[in-house]
Amino acid sequence: MKRLFTLNKYFKRNKGKLSLGILFIIISDFTQVFIPLILKESIDALQSNASSDLIIRYAITIFALAVVSGFFRYMIRQTIIVVSRKIEFDLRQDFWTHLLKLSHRYFQNTSTGNIMAHATNDIASVRMYVGPAVMYSIDTAMKFIIVISIMISISPSLTAIVLIPLPILSFFVYRLSKKIHRKFTLIQEKFSDLTTIAQENFSGIRIIKSYVREAFEIDEFAKESSEYRKRNMDKIKIQALFMPLLFLITGTSIILLILIGGNMVINNQLTLGDIAAFLFFLGMLIWPTIAFGWVANIIQQADASLKRLHTIYDEDIEIKESNETDNSIEQIEGTVKFENVSFKYGENQPKVLEKINLEIPKGKTLAIVGHTGVGKTSLVNLISRLFDTTSGNIFIDGKNIKSIPLNVLRKNIGMVPQETFLFSDTLENNILYGVENKGDSLLKTVADISQLNKDVDQFSEKYNTVLGERGITLSGGQKQRTSLARALAINPKILILDDSFSAVDTKTEEEILINLKEFMKDRTSIIISHRISTVKDADNIIVLDNGIIAEEGKHDELLKLGGIYYDIHYKQLLEEELQSEM
Amino acid sequence: MKEDKDKIKNESRKSGIESEFVNDKKTDDETLGKAYDSKLMKRLLGFVKPYKKYVIAAILVNVVVASLGAVRPLLTKIAIDDYIVNSNFEGLLIISAILFGTLIFQAIVQYFLTYFTQLMGQNIIYDLRVKLFAHVQKLALKYFDKTPIGRIVTRVTNDVESLNELFASGIVMIFSDVFIIIWILIFMFFMDWELTLISLSVLPILIYATFLFRKKVREAYRDVRFQLARLNSYMQEHITGMSIIQLFSKEKKENKNFEEINEAHKTANIDSIFYYAIFYPIVEILSSGAVALIIWYGGGDIIKGTMTIGVLFAFIQYTEMFFRPIRDLSEKYNIMQTAMASSERIFKLLDSDTIVKNPENPIPLSKFKGNVEFKNAWFAYNSDEYVLKDISFTVNEGETVAIVGATGAGKSSIINLLNRFYDLNKGSILVDGIDLRKITKEELRKHISIVLQDIYLFSGTIASNINLGDSSISKEQIIEAAKTVGADSFISKLPKQYDAEVKEKGATLSVGQKQLISFARALVFNPQILILDEATSSIDTETEILIQQAIEKLLRGRTSIVIAHRLSTIQNSDKIIVLHKGEIKEVGTHQQLLSKRGIYFKLYQLQYKDQEVK
Repeated sequence: MKRLFTLNKYFKRNKGKLSLGILFIIISDFTQVFIPLILKESIDALQSNASSDLIIRYAITIFALAVVSGFFRYMIRQTIIVVSRKIEFDLRQDFWTHLLKLSHRYFQNTSTGNIMAHATNDIASVRMYVGPAVMYSIDTAMKFIIVISIMISISPSLTAIVLIPLPILSFFVYRLSKKIHRKFTLIQEKFSDLTTIAQENFSGIRIIKSYVREAFEIDEFAKESSEYRKRNMDKIKIQALFMPLLFLITGTSIILLILIGGNMVINNQLTLGDIAAFLFFLGMLIWPTIAFGWVANIIQQADASLKRLHTIYDEDIEIKESNETDNSIEQIEGTVKFENVSFKYGENQPKVLEKINLEIPKGKTLAIVGHTGVGKTSLVNLISRLFDTTSGNIFIDGKNIKSIPLNVLRKNIGMVPQETFLFSDTLENNILYGVENKGDSLLKTVADISQLNKDVDQFSEKYNTVLGERGITLSGGQKQRTSLARALAINPKILILDDSFSAVDTKTEEEILINLKEFMKDRTSIIISHRISTVKDADNIIVLDNGIIAEEGKHDELLKLGGIYYDIHYKQLLEEELQSEM
Repeated sequence: MKEDKDKIKNESRKSGIESEFVNDKKTDDETLGKAYDSKLMKRLLGFVKPYKKYVIAAILVNVVVASLGAVRPLLTKIAIDDYIVNSNFEGLLIISAILFGTLIFQAIVQYFLTYFTQLMGQNIIYDLRVKLFAHVQKLALKYFDKTPIGRIVTRVTNDVESLNELFASGIVMIFSDVFIIIWILIFMFFMDWELTLISLSVLPILIYATFLFRKKVREAYRDVRFQLARLNSYMQEHITGMSIIQLFSKEKKENKNFEEINEAHKTANIDSIFYYAIFYPIVEILSSGAVALIIWYGGGDIIKGTMTIGVLFAFIQYTEMFFRPIRDLSEKYNIMQTAMASSERIFKLLDSDTIVKNPENPIPLSKFKGNVEFKNAWFAYNSDEYVLKDISFTVNEGETVAIVGATGAGKSSIINLLNRFYDLNKGSILVDGIDLRKITKEELRKHISIVLQDIYLFSGTIASNINLGDSSISKEQIIEAAKTVGADSFISKLPKQYDAEVKEKGATLSVGQKQLISFARALVFNPQILILDEATSSIDTETEILIQQAIEKLLRGRTSIVIAHRLSTIQNSDKIIVLHKGEIKEVGTHQQLLSKRGIYFKLYQLQYKDQEVK
């Protein structure tokens, strides 16, 4: 439970409102407690032939007390539950701030769904603790103290007798809701099994149909559904106990009150008014009794959730600025140098890059070709420090990239990743994503270079067109060109194109390459491509194979070698011929 | 006390709703429509029919349970007026015993009532779910092409689930609430009709407040739901695009953006708190108001001597008992609304009849040999874009035909047609001279095995992936098939061998291993016709040799159609058909086609020549 204390800082931020809320609980409980007392007075008065004026006055007082107590009940929710939402806000915000700092590796190894589960379920269960659980704990404690002391002042022995069943109720609520929670988890597991079966069946429907396995599949699904039904019933078996137990126990209390209390009335130890008051007091204690068992569970669940959240908070931030960082570096020029760079994704993983040595002078173009999986993307990811090298160093302008402040480094590298990712936002916001001072002329310039303008003209909303689920779906080529424009917009010193034209047709690609030539005059560019036509004009071309530089040189030189590069070139010529056939 | 139960429900529901929201994103159209649609209701009740007896029994039991609850305040009145006031302890003891008896009895009956109504609900849900799933099995591939898988899954899972509440608590509990109200009214009127009317005078306000509250809360929650969906989709999207955020150094800005959305979510929640904050106190005030009224008027009567103190006690208890069912009834409205929306979507799926139909008088394939003929076949997935144009070819019994061509040439369509996943637009396909459309799909498919390019493995074991759960195929047959295709050597090295678990589409197996398993699968069903769509993905030399040997064994002595990517397969085939952009361009053997120096020659250099070296 120690973990829950880490939440104290959140409580502290809302100290004022929280203490007000506690004050309101006390006031409300105190006022409420007077209602049964007035009721007692009026019933006793009725038996001794009181005036109807007095009775009317009692009636009005009861109503007035209810209004006051009700007002403070309202204020309790407006303070304590509001605070819980504020804390939830803070929790989420802190969670997100932390996520933003985590490294690329973390997101590669952890599924989005997994992170989302923490962000939704775990934070929600912590909120249940900071809000309702705290509110009901205080309310419960206050009610117990106030109500029970008044009951004792009326009759200690009757109080003891009628309250005996209540702890049993707390105990049952605690046990039952714990069990129900466990059963519920089992149900959810089976439900997700059902979902998986349906998902697999529908995805593999061709196999099922072609092997005529439909009947069997229906049978299997029915079996799982039946198991799901069984688990539901297991829960219901316990859950159905809840209500009967609740009124059995509270009913027993009331019967004890009537029997024992009645006997005391017969013996003139108590009045009927006392019995009425006790009846009301019992009513007031039932909810806190239930809450007691319920809150105990919430606290346990919140603790478990916090534990899971802490595994994320404790996650190591791999790429960060360190004492090597030289904050005086504010700009880079663009000469990139690899010195004995080796890289692998993990301790026991195979080597992806092996002793790479490379130099790209400022303003020059390097092209990287090679088959899939030879380490092309890994190589460029090292430059923008999505990963750090396993051994060896990378220098920009002669400075180790680890000494360059992370945001200076990244703000000067325009990266067009292999897998295009655009936000479901407007086209304009996507293109100018990395830019602080947005302007139309910049937008037009980069869109022109990327050959986007013609496409955009066809959209009715132009650059305000929203992408993604809520808007239009761009073609693969359009997406890649948008991604290119986004990289160009930040006015980078180094431009990295990671197979960025794979979905762009050759003609458009040629036009873009011509446009880029002018733009890239004083900038360094690194182009990964499968197409020879894309790379043939580069100042230097390297062919990666199995993590090493297998061939290096200009287009003509490489062709003469008759190696991998030559082979790729030849095949592409053939493919083009085949396409143009008929 | 009754209200407190409601509190638990509401608090737990509130927290429940939040996790529900996350799933909600998948249920496409989540609009709240009518709470009652007689057509839909009729169809839904059709599923209740098998359980009619239970429903009637449940309703009858409800009448009893409701009366037991309602009788207790009356007994309290008797205890006070007849025994306590008259100092009769024995009588008090007896009436307490009776009270306790009703309590125990009610508790037991209530337990079983809940249990059996829920069981009925679960049974109905089960029936509906299996029926829906079975229906999906019948649907043609065309339906799957057009409908996102996720949506069909949601129908079978979440949508069916949301009917649970209607069947399990909705239908029966509505009766329960109504009976409680009726019983209470009967007892109250029986005791003092004037006081009944006076104490119930707060009810219209309560009913009005309740319905207003439900409406407002629903609206407020719609806002909360919207904001939460926004929050979640923002997170989902930006976690996926995290590398872009970091590459463009936009961490600060995204933190701010998130803060805005987070803030809106918080505000929506705080707004919804208002309704809860105001509603519960109002109920409490109304309840105390009723008590005040009873004391005011009842007190006057007691002074006048026209009423006893016990009636006062009973009335105070009755008014409290009255409050819960009325609030519950309005909640049932919400349940109905959700149920109607879900059932509409479910019935839409049940009504879809995109099915490749079996002939009315099918011709049985008694002595099936395995001759295949395509006769001027034309086919399009979408009305006019033909992917196959005037295709004619024959495959004789026992022959192997290789189909080659660039991507998009129409190779896969040939498989889809031969298996009758789709029907031709023009022309015909004959097996042993019989038109495909005159044979039942099931019989046809039993004679044809296909091995698809992207190998699909199901969760289960290696064995269950080979025999696909067909219990008529023995373990020995499975092992034999696996040995024949050379899969046995790696399977027998697995910890549990043939019972080794296969998870997540076979993530733990290599591409080559998955291929071998799919070969064993095709072989174990011993088809007359084998269709093989060779995978293109590159694998290590050792496995490659295994696969080549396996293919050779698979094809031997069997009519086979292979979409070939392997030189060895092509060289071993009797005939090669070159498809290009939906048309047959060249036909012949490997050597014949090479000497032609046409399309095949180029394809060969591009795709197959490298394999010669190996």
